[in-house]
Amino acid sequence: MVQTAASTTTELQAQRDAQEPVVTFEHVQLAFDDKVVLKDISFSLLSGHTKIILGASGSGKSITLKIIAGLLRADAGAITVNGQRVDQLAERELMSVRADLGMIFQEGALFDSLTVRENVGYKLYEETDMPIEEVDRRVEEILGFIGISEHIDKMPSELSGGQRRRVAIARAMAFRPSILLYDEATTGLDPITATTVDDEIIKLRDIEHVTSLLVTHQLRDAFYVATHMGSRSANGDVDIVPATPEKERETEFIMLRDGLICFEGDADALRRSTDPYIRTFLS
Amino acid sequence: MLFIADRFKRTALEVQEYVRLVAAAFRASFSRPWYRYDIVEQFDAIGVQSLTVVLLTGFFTGAVLALQGGLTLDQFGARPVVGRLVSASMIKNLGPVLTGLMLCGRVGSGIAAELGSMVVTDQINALRALGTDPIRKLVVPRILAGILMAPVLTVVADFVGIVGGWIVARFQLQVPTGLYWSSILRGLYMQDVWMGLLKPFALGFVIVSVACHVGLRTTGGTQGVGKATTKAVVIGSVGVIAMDFFLTRIMISLWY
Repeated sequence: MVQTAASTTTELQAQRDAQEPVVTFEHVQLAFDDKVVLKDISFSLLSGHTKIILGASGSGKSITLKIIAGLLRADAGAITVNGQRVDQLAERELMSVRADLGMIFQEGALFDSLTVRENVGYKLYEETDMPIEEVDRRVEEILGFIGISEHIDKMPSELSGGQRRRVAIARAMAFRPSILLYDEATTGLDPITATTVDDEIIKLRDIEHVTSLLVTHQLRDAFYVATHMGSRSANGDVDIVPATPEKERETEFIMLRDGLICFEGDADALRRSTDPYIRTFLS
Repeated sequence: MLFIADRFKRTALEVQEYVRLVAAAFRASFSRPWYRYDIVEQFDAIGVQSLTVVLLTGFFTGAVLALQGGLTLDQFGARPVVGRLVSASMIKNLGPVLTGLMLCGRVGSGIAAELGSMVVTDQINALRALGTDPIRKLVVPRILAGILMAPVLTVVADFVGIVGGWIVARFQLQVPTGLYWSSILRGLYMQDVWMGLLKPFALGFVIVSVACHVGLRTTGGTQGVGKATTKAVVIGSVGVIAMDFFLTRIMISLWY
């Protein structure tokens, strides 16, 4: 009886957590000299949900991610990550925010002088007291999950574009953050390789329950991530299948234009939009 | 007029950012975490790997000093004191300055290019996103290695320079070996040695801190990396020569 009550309480807590925004942007503004990049951006991202930021080149998509990670400072507005005001924290204090935040950069941004193993385990090797054997086990586990175990001792220069992105995802995931920021994770990749990267994004979201924020201008990948879900089959493998309507609603799109949000809604609403700019973007 | 004002503002900003970087590196040197492996690696990269270029530069500088000095000293019948000329020049000034310039060309350019590439490929941002302070990880080990290895390399350059001078003095100028070395010992004062030993600490700091600053402020892709490398060498070289002048002036007024 007590156990039942406890599990119900835990479930309720989980449901409440799921409704709590883990990332919020309130009236954020940023300009570089005379060039205004973000005029007034507000949105929130719920735990376990996915937000996909679309927009033309130079519309401020990547900058939005960098502001969330505290890599750039906004001129005005409030940004919170897991309840902490990122815009008010000093660089040293930001480390605690970044402990629960992984970021995948354009082109991967892997460390050239380190092997795949060292890249993926970087944070665990350098910034934690975790024993080396345990770090090695975690690195092998995450590379196995991503499906690139055979490249563990290679240097980044020996990898293809798609493999580099997947290593970057593994590196961002190695320390088990609950939020992942993807900056153009599939840009420049051929459709088949891009799909393998999209599958990793879906797997991490649905199997590891990671809250995701994707920046892209690749509509094909954006819709693929929004309309598919990962589920474990009986033999333990993860299958990528079409998403249920409920799951689809957990992914929202934002379109940036001239420093403002010109669209916010799910994949269906985006497809049905009659806004001429969005129609041009989708065509 | 606007151009001059703009230029002045940009220079002031660069100086401000340089001072901030140095202050942050200083603070980081005395608090955890320390990246010991990176510190050892930089001692090797900046110190051990610069040995060849410093040996060659020092040797040939000492040799040419003896050659040229011998000709001039002959006019006064003072050829036997060529050792004194070589050692005084090498230890007090040429050793520190030439080692500094060589380090600037080899190490300063390398640091600026490496950090610049890391900036333009977002590796610095990736470091920060992974919870690492780039100043602690990249700048502090390089500055420490620069400060501590420049004096060691200077001593090596001084020694091989004097040996180079001895070879020329012995086989070209026909100055007896005993006379050469005794003139060095007689002509050398402790102040000279201190001057030659203390200068490289400051020069090593200038070279590496300027290179780190320029590298971390790189913009504009691969072209920007090239520009940053050139800038680091130019500013570092001028910095070495200017710093040498001011330090010499201060030390002369203090000790002589």
